Amino acid sequence: MAMAEKTVTRREFLLQVAQGTAVAATGAMLWLYMLRQEARAHPFALRPPGALPEPDFLAACIKCGKCVNDCPYDTLKLAPAGGNLPIGTPFFTPRDIPCYLCPDIPCMKACPTGALSPELNNINDSRMGLAVIDIENCLSWRGLRCEICHRECPLKGKAITLETHPRPISKHAMFYPMVHSDACTGCGICEKACPTEEPAIRVFPHKMVQGKIGEHYRLGWTFETEITQDFKPSAPSAAGSAPAKAPKKAPGMDYLNEGGL
Amino acid sequence: MSAIEPTRQDAQASLDKIHTRTLPQRLWSWRYIVLRRLSQLGILLMFFGTAHWGWQIAQDVPLLTGNLSASKFAGILPMADPFAVLQIFLTGHVLQTEVLLGAGTVFAFYLILGGRVYCAWVCPVNMVTDLANWLRMRLDVRPIFHITRNVRYLMLAAALVLSVVSGVAAFEWVSPIGMMHREIIFGLGLGFIALLAIFLFDLLILKNGWCGHLCPLGAFWSVIGHHTAQLRVRFDASTCTHCGECARVCPEPQVLNLKKIAEVGYVYSGECSNCGRCSPLCPEGSLAFDLRPLIRKHNERSARVTP
Amino acid sequence: MGLSRRDFLKTSIAASTAATVGMPLSKQAEAAIKEAEKGWQWDKAVCRFCGVGCGIMVATKDGQIVATKGDPDAPVNRGLNCIKGYFNGKIQSGKDRLTQPLMRMKDGKFDKKGQFVPVTWEQAFDEMERQLRKTYAEKGPSGIACLGSGQWTVQEGYAMNKLFKAGFRSNNIDPNARNCMASAVAAFYSVFGADEPAGNYDDIEYADTMILWGSNMAEMHPILWSRITNRRLGHKDCRVINITTFRNMSSDIADLEIIIKPNADLAIQNYIAREIIARDAVNWDFVNKHCVFATGPYDIGYGMRPTDKYAFPAERDTQAKELKVKLDKYEAVAQRRQEGEVVEQKNTADPARHWLIGFDDFKRAVEPYTLDFVAELAKGDPDESLESFKAKLKQLADHYIDPKRKVLSFWTMGFNQHQRGTWVNEQVYMNHLLLGKYAQPGNGAFSLTGQPSACGTAREVGTFSHRLPADRLIPNPKHRAEVEKAWHLPAKTLNPKIGSFYAKILRDLEDGSVKWVWVQVNNPWQSHPNNNHWLKAAREMDNFIVVSDAYPTVSAKVADLILPAAMIFEKWGAYGNAERRIQHWRQQVDPPGEARADIWQVLEFSKRFKLKDFWGEQSVPGLKAEGFPDGKLPSVLDEAVKMGYSPDASLYEVLFATSENKKYKWPDPIAKGHDNHVVRLLGDGWFPEKALWQEYVQFGRGKGKDLADFDVYHGDKVRGMKWPVVGGKEVPWRFNEQYDPYVKKGAGFEFYGDLFKTIPKGDLDKVTDPTPVSVAGKAKIFYRPYAAPVEQPDDRYDLWLCTGRVLEHWHTGTMTRRVPELHRAVPAAVLWMHPEDARARGLKRNDLVWVESRRGKVQVRIETGGRNKMVRGYVYVPFFDEGVLINRVTLDATCPISKESDFKKCAVKVYKA
Repeated sequence: MAMAEKTVTRREFLLQVAQGTAVAATGAMLWLYMLRQEARAHPFALRPPGALPEPDFLAACIKCGKCVNDCPYDTLKLAPAGGNLPIGTPFFTPRDIPCYLCPDIPCMKACPTGALSPELNNINDSRMGLAVIDIENCLSWRGLRCEICHRECPLKGKAITLETHPRPISKHAMFYPMVHSDACTGCGICEKACPTEEPAIRVFPHKMVQGKIGEHYRLGWTFETEITQDFKPSAPSAAGSAPAKAPKKAPGMDYLNEGGL
Repeated sequence: MSAIEPTRQDAQASLDKIHTRTLPQRLWSWRYIVLRRLSQLGILLMFFGTAHWGWQIAQDVPLLTGNLSASKFAGILPMADPFAVLQIFLTGHVLQTEVLLGAGTVFAFYLILGGRVYCAWVCPVNMVTDLANWLRMRLDVRPIFHITRNVRYLMLAAALVLSVVSGVAAFEWVSPIGMMHREIIFGLGLGFIALLAIFLFDLLILKNGWCGHLCPLGAFWSVIGHHTAQLRVRFDASTCTHCGECARVCPEPQVLNLKKIAEVGYVYSGECSNCGRCSPLCPEGSLAFDLRPLIRKHNERSARVTP
Repeated sequence: MGLSRRDFLKTSIAASTAATVGMPLSKQAEAAIKEAEKGWQWDKAVCRFCGVGCGIMVATKDGQIVATKGDPDAPVNRGLNCIKGYFNGKIQSGKDRLTQPLMRMKDGKFDKKGQFVPVTWEQAFDEMERQLRKTYAEKGPSGIACLGSGQWTVQEGYAMNKLFKAGFRSNNIDPNARNCMASAVAAFYSVFGADEPAGNYDDIEYADTMILWGSNMAEMHPILWSRITNRRLGHKDCRVINITTFRNMSSDIADLEIIIKPNADLAIQNYIAREIIARDAVNWDFVNKHCVFATGPYDIGYGMRPTDKYAFPAERDTQAKELKVKLDKYEAVAQRRQEGEVVEQKNTADPARHWLIGFDDFKRAVEPYTLDFVAELAKGDPDESLESFKAKLKQLADHYIDPKRKVLSFWTMGFNQHQRGTWVNEQVYMNHLLLGKYAQPGNGAFSLTGQPSACGTAREVGTFSHRLPADRLIPNPKHRAEVEKAWHLPAKTLNPKIGSFYAKILRDLEDGSVKWVWVQVNNPWQSHPNNNHWLKAAREMDNFIVVSDAYPTVSAKVADLILPAAMIFEKWGAYGNAERRIQHWRQQVDPPGEARADIWQVLEFSKRFKLKDFWGEQSVPGLKAEGFPDGKLPSVLDEAVKMGYSPDASLYEVLFATSENKKYKWPDPIAKGHDNHVVRLLGDGWFPEKALWQEYVQFGRGKGKDLADFDVYHGDKVRGMKWPVVGGKEVPWRFNEQYDPYVKKGAGFEFYGDLFKTIPKGDLDKVTDPTPVSVAGKAKIFYRPYAAPVEQPDDRYDLWLCTGRVLEHWHTGTMTRRVPELHRAVPAAVLWMHPEDARARGLKRNDLVWVESRRGKVQVRIETGGRNKMVRGYVYVPFFDEGVLINRVTLDATCPISKESDFKKCAVKVYKA
């Protein structure tokens, strides 16, 4: 409180203000640092269905745990303090308990803030993560008849398909499980079901695993392209009139002039 | 109001009264503390019971889901922590109606009752800090230094500014209150370390350090209801002997500026948490819970009977 | 082989590293693995699970199984395994493995109502003996029974069979293979006169069209399925057709999926036959030389009890159809009767009887099965158009008939577990024989087995209530005499009356006519249909039930005495797979605690009885046989004494530890250091698994069932052998002169099986000339009509229920549910349902529902997606989960000929729990 003693000099007062500011600034920076540490978008966290993109989710989640209360399978947990995940936020570990994709999405309905977006109408549209297969340790990719992930997938035939390949030197075909990001919900039932000692199929947030083809290129076979018949040229550039004077610099001249051949 | 200045002897007589209380009298003076614990633990138990034992109020209607950040009672009454919601709002997230309704409900409740009722009657950290405080008195721990209690307002401001700056609800991510509640209801993590830190800080470093100096949520609630709170501790200056016992037990003794409260007739500061420590202890009955509209009448009446 | 194995390893490594960032094992890691594998000892063995019979290698160290692998030299699986096979090394180490005999006791004594208490083997056998003697004194040989298994080793089945039939003189021994293969067997008998397929797995690489009839091979025969898939993918013109009642995993590579109604397979087969005739595609050369036409009675019932005395009130209406059936419009056409006509079931006593008919009769019989008629009757998916379905049926007929196509038909439980299972098996041969597409590489009708030794133990050893080793039959006096001679038994020791079949033994327990049962290697109180009856009978009737098992199953729970059993790699044994391949293995590790091999249990128990206990005169109610007084087994003790036996000789000495058998001494160099806990416990120095094998092989030699000597199978280079093994060589295709030395030179083909080869003549309806005619060397082409399932959905029970397995679990889950990984993968049974059916009932995926029939109800969660895509009106629940005892709900109707239960169809309702 500014109950400054009457005897405080201007100099002392300024010093006090500076000290106070320094304490406040140090505290704020420390606080901000803690926030950066704690509330950092976590690369491995699997969120409940309908979760907003991670930064938005972290902003919106009030950490009330109502989604956890309403999950009938005890899939969801709140991240404890001192864990790897942002504190107090809901997450799940598929190898322990995956998301069983309740058609009525009770977790999303319980969320008071919209951190789990109410726009998710069909649980199959949820994108909690993406399953990826370690093909070196996947029994099916090694030729055994496993394919448990495929059979157990709630979206079997869409999210996980089997690709069959003949194997000329043996009489037994290969059945490769393949995950399709356009249908995989990231529920993790496959990860839970995988029979290897460490799961050979795991769910990660999309960012961790998904690549992206450059915007400048389209795969030739993915959609029909016809030659545009009434091509409309864009407006002519301003370079209509010749400049009055040549510029001092022009592209390429650095290399051309550097010598050294 | 013309009160006769009490004498040193009067004060001593009051203190003697306190020290010569019978056991039933002593126990009776703890009544608010017991009620507060019941309230704090009861709320915690309702959350815990709903989360772990599936307590229901009717078929398929859970009793109380969530935690202090946001909850739903009996499947219909949404509640939310207005401070948390304010922080989330400041991050730029567009909030849903339910949480706004919930925050509004809670806000209105404390606006009328007095903001820091939350601190003394609901907040689970209060149990930790009360314990630290009690132990501190027992062990007679000497103060090392003092800082102004207004730091909390700085913390409050910082929480709001940092929410804007960082894009996440700044206090919610570090709040030991949230940690404690969550970890009791949803499973243990390392949150107890933060509580231990608060406990040791309050015990050994600064008396009433967390709740009285630092907690931005307490600061938030201090602001809320400062002018509107209806439940207040009325002060009857005419009977007060200035024995000072109230200030000794008060976790926010600055609110008991007797001269000022004598003028107003009640403890007017929003920083008073209605904890009910002072009034049962006051040997002269000068302090008592009352509703604000009734206080003026009471004081007028007592002024009349005072010689 | 070596070269191809290397190539295989190389390519699989290449395949796996091609798409990843190359991170090959470093030299250090390799060295670490080598170090860890130091001291491992490898031996060949066979997979514990299905009838495919994959070879595996087992590594042991310090008396523990440390690893298994697919055997790269095994021609069945070439180093591969399915996911069950992958866990062979873990099945024996479940936490609740039984290691001590447990008996229900109260106050230190056996008590039917007591709690299970650990007892010694001595105590266990004492009570078992006491109870056996008590029941035998009261009821004779008919009062005791054994429920055996297609998962017994050959020697175990052989020993128990001999103990029961020769020792106890009881034919009440029947394996669970009755519920798995019996319909196939009955048809092999009636069509060819000899059991088991003509072809082998190599047929797959020759076939152009492979047709699955009621067989989800993709899940149930995983390693064969990869072989079929390989053929389909690697051979441009190869096609796969899946005929099923709902879309299963096998549809994934099928070129044609035909979804049919239950029992409609009967009509479709007749449609194909009609097409073959209509298109003049009959292979007359083949048919005239090698086939005859036949038929039998239609009014044969459904294998249920003929009385409603034991029926729950709700099941009376279904049960009543055992006596009288009202024909629906399709049956009426098929059986040349009127719709709505009530037909009394007059031929339930001898449903297998059949007679010769002419081709004209046959042609007339299949005439009504036009495309229109059959399509209307058979279309299984209400959402498919009739036109689309007709086109599919036509394509199916095209594939069969196309002379350029080699056609291979496969079937499993869709055919066998069928109220007309024998008929539908006969029908598949009907079409193959009409076209002459049988017993040639790529042309065949291949009955797949479910269990690892349904063929080897249950069928070849003859552990059924009507069989004796090597296709001999109990009612046949000549067969009995042959067996008595081989076993050195006095004439008429063997009981000529067919014993109770599997379902009948459970019914006998319910009505109190059987009071002592020994269950080995199966779990009837989970696996048998209409289970509420049998659960109740076990606990509430006055009887004594012994269950030998490795784990506490549902059956163990309702038993009175539980004997802890050794598991596959803890004993010596042999299994016979679906392609007649017998594979042996050695004991790899000791069983835990007091657990002991089933064969030891049989042998040790036999020591407690003397010849005079059983070989005196015995009363057998209902016995009627030539040379026997009615209702009596004569005393053979005098004859026995003449043969040099003492009446006080033990069954052990007379049946097992004979002087002949004791010549096979332990230790034996073939063991290569492996132990044998059975030998150790018997303690009299002989090698029972080898001796009994050598005793057993004499039955098949010279009969087209020749097995090799014990030591041959244990040769390092041998990976099982397909019988008959003639002159040291396997026979890949039987009945075909090119491959089978048993076929007369110049015959081309000869169906030399000799069972049911003299039959009367008649027309479509009846025998007209009862004089038996020999049809030796020929196969029979049967006309069998369409018959509707006895119980069908109605207003109250509006859905079809089908049960079966899933890939991850074996049968009742006794082993696979103890493998944590498999349990985690598929922890509980679910009910697969069409999403529309669910919606109509206000249900959604994962909801807990009741599934209820006239017989019982269970709770289960609902699944509308996943591996099985149901058609509307049809639900599927697997039976592995003891938490969802679906067999409380199923119907215990059987094929009246084979007595195999129909698990595939009954009517249920489903509603929210």
